[in-house]
Amino acid sequence: MCPYVLPPVPSVDQVQAELRASSFRKRSIKTSAKKQALRLILSMIDLTTLEGMDTPDKVRRLCRKGRDPLPGEDLPSVGAICVYPTMVSVAKEALAGSSVKVASVATAFPSGQTFHELKIEETRRTVAAGADEIDMVISRGAFLAGDYGRVFDEIAAIKQACGPAHLKVILETGELGTYDQVRRASRIAMDAGADFIKTSTGKISVAATMPVTLVMLEAIRDFYLETGRIIGMKPAGGIRTAKEAWHYLAMVKETLGDTWLTNRLFRIGASSLLNDVLMQWRRLSSGRYQSPVYFSED
Amino acid sequence: MDGIDVKEIQPTSPGASEQSGAKGRTPVPELLFGDLWDYAPAPQNTSHVKIAPRYEHFIGGEFVAGTGYFSTLNPATEERLSEVPAADDEMVDRAVRAAREAFDKRWSKLPGSERGKVLYRIGRALQERSRELACLETMDNGKPIKESRDVDVPLAAAHFLYYAGWADKLDYALPGATVSPLGVCGQVIPWNFPLLMAAWKIAPALAAGNTVVLKPAETTPLTAALLTEIFQEAGVPPGVINIIFGAGASGAALVRHPDLNKVAFTGSTEVGRAIQRTLAGSKKRLTLELGGKGANIIFDDAPLDQAIEGVVEGIYFNQGHVCCAGSRLFVQENVLETVLRKLTHRLASLRVGDPLDKNTDVGAINSSEQLEKIRSYVDIGCAEGAQMHQLACELPDKGFFFRPTFFTNVVPAHRIAREEIFGPVLAIQTFRTPDEAVQKANNSPYGLSAGIWTDKGSKLFAMAKALHAGVIWGNTFNKFDPASPFGGFKESGFGREGGLHGLLPYMEVRG
Repeated sequence: MCPYVLPPVPSVDQVQAELRASSFRKRSIKTSAKKQALRLILSMIDLTTLEGMDTPDKVRRLCRKGRDPLPGEDLPSVGAICVYPTMVSVAKEALAGSSVKVASVATAFPSGQTFHELKIEETRRTVAAGADEIDMVISRGAFLAGDYGRVFDEIAAIKQACGPAHLKVILETGELGTYDQVRRASRIAMDAGADFIKTSTGKISVAATMPVTLVMLEAIRDFYLETGRIIGMKPAGGIRTAKEAWHYLAMVKETLGDTWLTNRLFRIGASSLLNDVLMQWRRLSSGRYQSPVYFSED
Repeated sequence: MDGIDVKEIQPTSPGASEQSGAKGRTPVPELLFGDLWDYAPAPQNTSHVKIAPRYEHFIGGEFVAGTGYFSTLNPATEERLSEVPAADDEMVDRAVRAAREAFDKRWSKLPGSERGKVLYRIGRALQERSRELACLETMDNGKPIKESRDVDVPLAAAHFLYYAGWADKLDYALPGATVSPLGVCGQVIPWNFPLLMAAWKIAPALAAGNTVVLKPAETTPLTAALLTEIFQEAGVPPGVINIIFGAGASGAALVRHPDLNKVAFTGSTEVGRAIQRTLAGSKKRLTLELGGKGANIIFDDAPLDQAIEGVVEGIYFNQGHVCCAGSRLFVQENVLETVLRKLTHRLASLRVGDPLDKNTDVGAINSSEQLEKIRSYVDIGCAEGAQMHQLACELPDKGFFFRPTFFTNVVPAHRIAREEIFGPVLAIQTFRTPDEAVQKANNSPYGLSAGIWTDKGSKLFAMAKALHAGVIWGNTFNKFDPASPFGGFKESGFGREGGLHGLLPYMEVRG
């Protein structure tokens, strides 16, 4: 097998990319468009708990919340519940009979600093435990050292280990330093078989930003036009309000088109976003903002 | 467009159309820029904008009734907004006399710090009334509220605040020289940035100690009319700023008045020539900021996605009613296919329509005359054999609108590649080498602006040196700052506005 060679990727101008990304914040989403956006956002949330102190009961509570975010209201379930591998079986059971997927972070999340064989094994076991989606991290060390072949091979091997499960590849853009690097890492992940590319682990201070997401969306678009393969996108971490989320939707709509406005191709990794969406939803029907205390936290 | 082969850019096609993609690759369904999730109308509330049924000349700090009243329209609805008088020779004389008296008796005797205070007050008042000014500008001009709110009004305020800072520092502006004001300045401004151009003209003139008579364009007098209120509130001494209304005849009457020390004009090259003839042999100083046919140059090593933003910003910003618009796009031939594909996708998501909707990207053409001019140029382009591409969007029933358009198969001899259209119409040509790009870009009677898109710093600076244009943007386009000089080479005019250089045309310099 030939070693992987990174094809030429377009350069990115930081100033202009950030300007373009900020232009989506000016999109004014009102009335019927807001209502539709809130439903879309709900269905796209990967409701996440990734803590050392996670317990089965905490995960079960989160699953309940994800299945039926606001009991009594006709609202969609979230896209997935995202947990550590050891919690997959708990989540799977709690979500049985619903449309909500179980996503799990394998491959020595969040640093990715362990042995290749262990990452493969972790992935296999997590899928065997019932995960529908695997969120892996790339080896940033190898990437930054220029060892693109290793990054590619690792993603390809994990993809194989995933079997039927969908693979989301976390680039951890906050550690990559430039948009050019983000564009390169996106290309490697897509070439290696990623179903989704994802910005961040949420475990370092710089998580998803609009410009980084824009650069990845543009990478997805160019990859689609070149190969015909449709790749999904998941910004994760740092998106806390419904307003931010619908600005992301506007960015997806105007960069990739309406085809990507589905939870099969766009997810938002978040924990606190959900309740803000619910508050906005209540506000649309009642005309008033309610206090956060009226919304259950998990 | 009957009988003309137009390639329509469909924003709402069902995704069935196959596009060939790059050579040798499998066709994939085209991206779908549809209405699966459509933005609902987001109209800007204008209830706080009070428009009087009639406005008067502002002379010597007072409102002076005139003659020959004419209407100003909202170009997006064709509804009449208000009316203003047309200044004749007598009214011009009255305004110039008021300005002369104010110059002799008051303004030139004030210390710079006091002049600065007045300019600061104007700048702050513009910020305080920014929403009102933005709405009024959009209603009278047709530009999207997004632009008047985020570009025109903040930049206008920034110009007053910037030149306010110079007013008490003129002694340090030119080391080794002392400076003094010229006197009375006659200023004639265009309709594309009515408020901003008023700020560009008034702020440096006043900072340097001059008094002014300003005539806004006949289709966009309303923000200037609102400015008169702001001048009164800001305590501008009577006669320091005089505003007279009218069309070309009033402007001609102003520039030929014998008691002006300086004329500043922004507008068409044709009128600029006429003014220059009028002023020949007189004592009057002159600066002209005229037409343009800006070259936007994309190299194969450019950040292409961002370059496309620059193309859109360059030609569709303000409906292309921009003297420094990037109306000629030069693309290195080996990336033409990619650039066209990306531009087509980008155009599909442009929103054309009601300028007061906060999501509108491209608003109304300022007047029916201008719309006719754009249409005739597009017909000429097609007749000359260029391929037209146009966004197939719906347009409002009323008002003056034109779909964002670009032409391929353009050759340098085509009129659409040589003449200023002043509308959302782009002419795309190719080049092979940097030298060829320079030669093609410079092969124009105009020389106002140029844009260069490349990832190589050395190439960028070499190009910037070789291009004959007064304003050159690197990896961006249509960015303005009060501290940066703006103006043209060749038939795009002379004199600079903005920065220290913008003060020079308003000062006498003694060694």
